[in-house]
Amino acid sequence: MAVQTLAAAIGTGLRRALQDDPRVVLLGEDIGRLGGVFRVTDGLQRDFGADRVMDTPLAEAGIMGTAVGLAYRGYRPVVEIQFDGFIYPAFDQIVAQVAKLHYRTGGAVRMPITVRVPYGGGIGAVEHHSESPEAYFTHTAGLRVVTCSSPQDAHTMIRQAVACDDPVLFFEPKRRYWVKGDVDEVIDETTMAMDRARVVVEGDDVTVVTYGPLVATARDAALAASDDGISLEVIDLRSLAPVDYETVEASVRRTGRLVVTHEAQQHGGVGAEVAASITERCFHHLEAAPARVTGFDVPYPPAALEDHFLPDLDRLLDAVDRVMGRQNSLSGWRG
Amino acid sequence: MLRSELSPNPVHHRTTDSRAGTDDDVDPWQDLPARPRATVQLLSPDGTRRSDPEYEPWVQDVGTDQISALYQDMVVVRRLDIEATALQRQGQLGLWPPLLGQEASQVGSARALRADDFVFSSYRENAVAYCRGVGLTDLVRVWKGTSASGWDPYAVGMATPSIIIGAQTLHATGYAMGCVKDGVDSVAVAYFGDGATSQGDVNEAMVFAASFRAPVVFFCQNNQWAISEPVSLQAVRPIADRAPGFGIPSIRVDGNDVLAVLAATRVALDRARRGDGATFIEAVTYRMGPHTTSDDPTRYVDKAEHESWAGRDPILRVERLLELGGHLTPELTRAVTATADAAAREMRDGCHGLEPPEPLSVFDHVYTSPTSWLERQRRQYEAYLAMYQDAPGGGEG
Ligand SMILES: Cc1ncc(C[n+]2csc(CCOP(=O)(O)OP(=O)(O)O)c2C)c(N)n1
Ligand SMILES: [Mg+2]
Repeated sequence: MAVQTLAAAIGTGLRRALQDDPRVVLLGEDIGRLGGVFRVTDGLQRDFGADRVMDTPLAEAGIMGTAVGLAYRGYRPVVEIQFDGFIYPAFDQIVAQVAKLHYRTGGAVRMPITVRVPYGGGIGAVEHHSESPEAYFTHTAGLRVVTCSSPQDAHTMIRQAVACDDPVLFFEPKRRYWVKGDVDEVIDETTMAMDRARVVVEGDDVTVVTYGPLVATARDAALAASDDGISLEVIDLRSLAPVDYETVEASVRRTGRLVVTHEAQQHGGVGAEVAASITERCFHHLEAAPARVTGFDVPYPPAALEDHFLPDLDRLLDAVDRVMGRQNSLSGWRG
Repeated sequence: MLRSELSPNPVHHRTTDSRAGTDDDVDPWQDLPARPRATVQLLSPDGTRRSDPEYEPWVQDVGTDQISALYQDMVVVRRLDIEATALQRQGQLGLWPPLLGQEASQVGSARALRADDFVFSSYRENAVAYCRGVGLTDLVRVWKGTSASGWDPYAVGMATPSIIIGAQTLHATGYAMGCVKDGVDSVAVAYFGDGATSQGDVNEAMVFAASFRAPVVFFCQNNQWAISEPVSLQAVRPIADRAPGFGIPSIRVDGNDVLAVLAATRVALDRARRGDGATFIEAVTYRMGPHTTSDDPTRYVDKAEHESWAGRDPILRVERLLELGGHLTPELTRAVTATADAAAREMRDGCHGLEPPEPLSVFDHVYTSPTSWLERQRRQYEAYLAMYQDAPGGGEG
């Protein structure tokens, strides 16, 4: 057990993965000498060599396509995409090849590729550096999509992702990279599986479903709401595809109210899918229509406006008031 | 001789769709250099002129006045660049990508362009933007985070820069195809880095440009680095060697020699204007600063290499040239310094004056006309903000 930042915890997870399996190779731009622009892979090239921790030419389609070839050859590639907004050149390889090869070959070919993507906003960056593209991938059958919110999960889940025989999109909440926490590097049968949701705050009145960077915000909201006598149950989804609906459903059956929040735009997002699925499953248990608190359906704005795009504590509490039937910003709304 | 060395054989273009029978023909590419000739240089680092019968004629008209003007441009853009770096350090800008060391590549090429030409660049081409007439405050808007773009592309003949590496090379090619359709002799210029040459987009741009004989100039600033990755990871041969394989002649030029860059760009523009299609220019230069103000180059840069490039400074050699000719007068130095200082002051004041946009503008310009869908989100957010404004002791929300 040691205190690590979330970024460092992914690094120690990758270090373990490299130690545990000689077929694990890391590929990416600036991941070697520089240790990645967020220093997640710091020291790994020095310790494992340039043939296992490979700086690649500047070409995401090239990185992903060669990862497919390496996987065909029995390797376990871990690809780093430098920023969320730079994954799109690799999109074709991910969606048309990585996601489908196991299916297309009747199970003969496995694609145990992990794609690490720093994502999300709130760091005052220029365009293409703050996006949340997870829904493009959750919409693609054959991909597992996960994200972490704590150093412990970051460490454990990256190791589980690398060990998984399916392709995994691993989204890293970049604005929480510097959050510190205890990390236990032991993985055993008691360790939570990568595709399970975690109840991070227990409560009775409203179920708040979230993931990645907004888990911390939802925890804060639970604290603030409790001052008002409202009890929030916060669920960190962790796996966005597949979704652990059993955990969410069990919670909503008790609370009768659902708020889903993420940074990504609303339309066609994970929140839409969770709200629809839970409505189907728990319709008769619902006391109010599920509410979504998300980024607006606009491109990620320039930094000076990002606070008017990103869901925050107050917008979350406003939605809690709405599902509780309390005074809120839409009271009397006749849109 | 120059023209024949640079022009692809037109016969080849007419026969591209019937490959049969070409085997026994004369090599259609014989008039292209197997590899580009030695790096073009007209001005050596010590400020002396180098004779070059092929490229010198292209800058014959450049006299002392014009050299002084190029000198002033380079001093001004370096001053602006240093000022912007300082503004970032003071918290005024979120980020800045310095062009230190690349002044000659950018000024020499941009000053060869006509107003009706169109530039497609990456984020580092702030000297190009300056030469295109972009306002000094407009240079820093995006980096301050107060707007999504710095200027109106049509007002200055320069697209909004592409941070997505390499994408703009295809845009330039398409724009050039449009110029041909319109029957005008305007040229599109794509600026990109050595790292970008690995992207599929850049290679596809060359395929399209060759197939459609597009009047585009591929201007690659090989500054030796793509963040921490040396150019040797992107190309095992000189970058300029790649273009001929696509059917595009290339020129390798000393990117720290403003005259050579000017000459090479003029050659490329001339080819494009007379219908000979694309040219690839590799300007060999060096990124003297960090990749951006967030970067820590001490982790990867070789000190000795860095120092050796410091000795090839693009501004110093023009200064020496002027000095050798007795033209570096105190009046000139004073005038150039005053212009640079004034420009820096204007940019700094402009930067300080940039205000965050009005909150609800986050919903603007998503579509060309409003949609009820998004208007609803806007109105709901308006109601939300109003609630905080109305609340006793409420803030901005
Ligand atoms: C598609 C894409 N991938 C990755 C990045 C991150 N990135 C920004 S600049 C850069 C290096 C670019 O190097 P080069 O093309 O040589 O241009 P330079 O920065 O040297 O001017 C990288 C990898 C990006 N902006 N876009
Ligand atoms: Mg470069």
